[in-house]
Amino acid sequence: MLSVSNLHASVDGKAILKGLSLDVPAGEVHAIMGPNGAGKSTLSYVLTGRDGYEVTGGSASLDGEDLLALAPDQRAARGVFLSFQYPLEIPGVPALTFIRTALNAQRRARGEAEITAPEFLKLARVKSADLKIDFEMLKRALNVGFSGGEKKRMEILQMAMLSPRFLILDETDSGLDIDALRIVSDGVNALRSPERAMLVITHYQRLLDYIKPDRVHVLAGGRIVASGGPELAHELEANGYERYEQAA
Amino acid sequence: MSLASAIRDRDVAELPSKRDEDWRWTDLRGLVRVLPEPSRPANPSSAGPFDALAGDVRVSTNGGTVTPVVIAAGETAAVALRFVSRGAGAHLAAVDVTVGAGARLVLLESYESDEASVAQVSLAITLASGAIVERIVLAQDDAEAVCVSYAQVVLGPSAKFHQTIVACGARRQRLETRVLHPGGGAELRLDGVYLLANKAHSDQTTVVTHTGTDGLTVQLTKGVVRDQARGVFQGKIVVDEGADRTDARMGHHALILSDRAEVDAKPELEIYADDVACAHGNTVGALDEDALFYARQRGMSQAEARSLLTEAFIGEVVDHIGHDGAREVVCAWVAERLRG
Ligand SMILES: Nc1ncnc2c1ncn2[C@@H]1O[C@H](COP(=O)(O)OP(=O)(O)OP(=O)(O)O)[C@@H](O)[C@H]1O
Ligand SMILES: [Mg+2]
Repeated sequence: MLSVSNLHASVDGKAILKGLSLDVPAGEVHAIMGPNGAGKSTLSYVLTGRDGYEVTGGSASLDGEDLLALAPDQRAARGVFLSFQYPLEIPGVPALTFIRTALNAQRRARGEAEITAPEFLKLARVKSADLKIDFEMLKRALNVGFSGGEKKRMEILQMAMLSPRFLILDETDSGLDIDALRIVSDGVNALRSPERAMLVITHYQRLLDYIKPDRVHVLAGGRIVASGGPELAHELEANGYERYEQAA
Repeated sequence: MSLASAIRDRDVAELPSKRDEDWRWTDLRGLVRVLPEPSRPANPSSAGPFDALAGDVRVSTNGGTVTPVVIAAGETAAVALRFVSRGAGAHLAAVDVTVGAGARLVLLESYESDEASVAQVSLAITLASGAIVERIVLAQDDAEAVCVSYAQVVLGPSAKFHQTIVACGARRQRLETRVLHPGGGAELRLDGVYLLANKAHSDQTTVVTHTGTDGLTVQLTKGVVRDQARGVFQGKIVVDEGADRTDARMGHHALILSDRAEVDAKPELEIYADDVACAHGNTVGALDEDALFYARQRGMSQAEARSLLTEAFIGEVVDHIGHDGAREVVCAWVAERLRG
C-alpha cells in the first residue's frame, strides 16, 4: 500500500525529514510516535502535498503510484485522507456543504456519479449518529467556534463519509475526552479493512489500546529510528525517547 | 463637477477628476477625453434580472423618463427599476422614489449596459416616518461602459432602509449613496459586494450623516478582485454635534486574487458628538492558504476550493438580503461570476 523510501523534505530551507523509510501494507495499522518537533506532522503534510513542504529526495508511493507527483486533490481522490492535528476553520461554509462538495469532487475525479442530495443527507445522519455528533452542528460553518474535541470528531466524521483507503491520523486523540476517545476510535476501527491501511500519529499509548496497531515506529530527527510490535509503545511510555533521540 | 453636469453641458471640463478628493480613485476626467454623442431613444433588448419578482417594472432606456415611484402611506409594493443603456452614447436618467408613512417597498434596481455608453442615473429616495425600504441594486454594466449611480436617501423618523449593492464593475463604475439619518429609532443598513475581473473598475462610495440622537447604521461591503481589476470603497460616517448615542459600524473586506489587482479603501468616521459607539474594520488580503489546502486535502480542486471559499466570503453579505427572490437572483449571479 504505502511505501516511503529515503524521504528527505525541508520547510523554509530547513531539512526536517532526513531519509525516512516506511512501509505500510494494506490491511495494517501502523503507529508513529516521537518527540515534539521530530517531523511527524511534516511527514503527514509531505504525503498529502501541502505547499511549502519541499521534497528534496527519496520517494513515496501508494499502490505503486508516485504520490509525490500528484496534486493534493488527486491524492485525496486516490483515497489519501489526513485527519489534521489542527483542523482548519472554514467561515461561511456549512459542514454539510463542505463535505458534500469534497465527496462529489472525489467522485468526479474517480469517474463516479455524484451522490444525490437525499443519499448524502442519509449518509450524514447515519455517520453523525455513529459519532454522537448533533446533526444540527453540521449546519454550522465547519469548525468555526467548535471546541478542540469537536473539531477532532468532525475530522473523523469527514473520514467516515469520504471513506478513504489510506488514513493518516495526526494526534487525533489530543483534545478528546475519555468518552470521545472511545467513540472516535470505534469510528476509526470501523474503517479497518483488508483494502485499507492507516498511519496513526500519537503521543499516547492510551489511543493504541483502542486502535490496536500492527507495528509501532519511532520517528526522531526526521527518520524512523526504531520499529517494533505494539509492545514498543509500552516501552516508550515507560522510558521516553531519550535513547532514540541520541540514536537520531 | 459631476458626470451629470458634464453630460448635460457636453463639457468634459466638468468631469470629476483625481484632483477632487472623493474622486481620486475614480478619475473620469483623465479617462473620458471626448463625450460620446447623446444616446438615441431605444427599447430594452431583453428582460431585466428582477422582472419576475416585481408586479411593477419600470424601464429607463438611454435616459428615457420613468414615472416617479410613489408608495402611499401604509401600502406594500415591489418595484423593479431598470436603467438600460444600449449603444455607445451619453445620457442621463433621474427618478424620485417616495415612500409614505409606514409603507413598505422592495426596490429592485438594475443597471444594464451593452457597450461603451457614458451615463449617470440620479435617484432621490425619501422615506416618511416608519417606512421600510429594501433596495437591491444589481449593477451589471458592460466592460467598456462608464456609469455613475448617485442616490440621495432621506430617512424619516423610525424609518428602516436596507440596501445591498452588487456590482461587477465597468470601465469606470461608481455607485454612490448618500444618506441623511435623523436618528431617533431610524435604522440603516448599507451593504455591498463587488466581484471584479479583467480590467473592471468599481467604486462604492457611501456618506451617512447622522443628524439626531440614537441612530443606528451598519455597513458591510465585501469584494473579490482578480486580474487587473480595481475595487474602490469609500465609506464615510458623519456624526453631527448633538447626535449622541449614535451606533455606527462599518466593515469593508476584500480578497485580492492576483498580484496585479488593486483595492483602495477609505473608511472614515467624522464624529462631532461626544457619546457615540462607532467602529470600522477594513481588511484586504489573499485567500487563506491553509484553508485552501484543507479543502484540497478533502478532494476539491484548486479552482473548486477557491470558489467555495470566495462564495462563502461573499455569502456573508448576500445572506443578509431580506427579500427571498432577490437573494436567490443575487446568489446565482454571484455563483456564476465566481465559478467563471
Ligand atoms: N514553516 C516552518 N519553518 C521552519 N521550521 C518549521 C516550519 N514548520 C515546521 N517547522 C519545524 O519542523 C520541525 C518538525 O515539525 P513537525 O510539526 O513535523 O513536528 P511533530 O513531530 O509533528 O511535532 P509535535 O509532536 O509537536 O506535533 C519542528 O522543529 C518545527 O519547528
Ligand atoms: Mg505534529
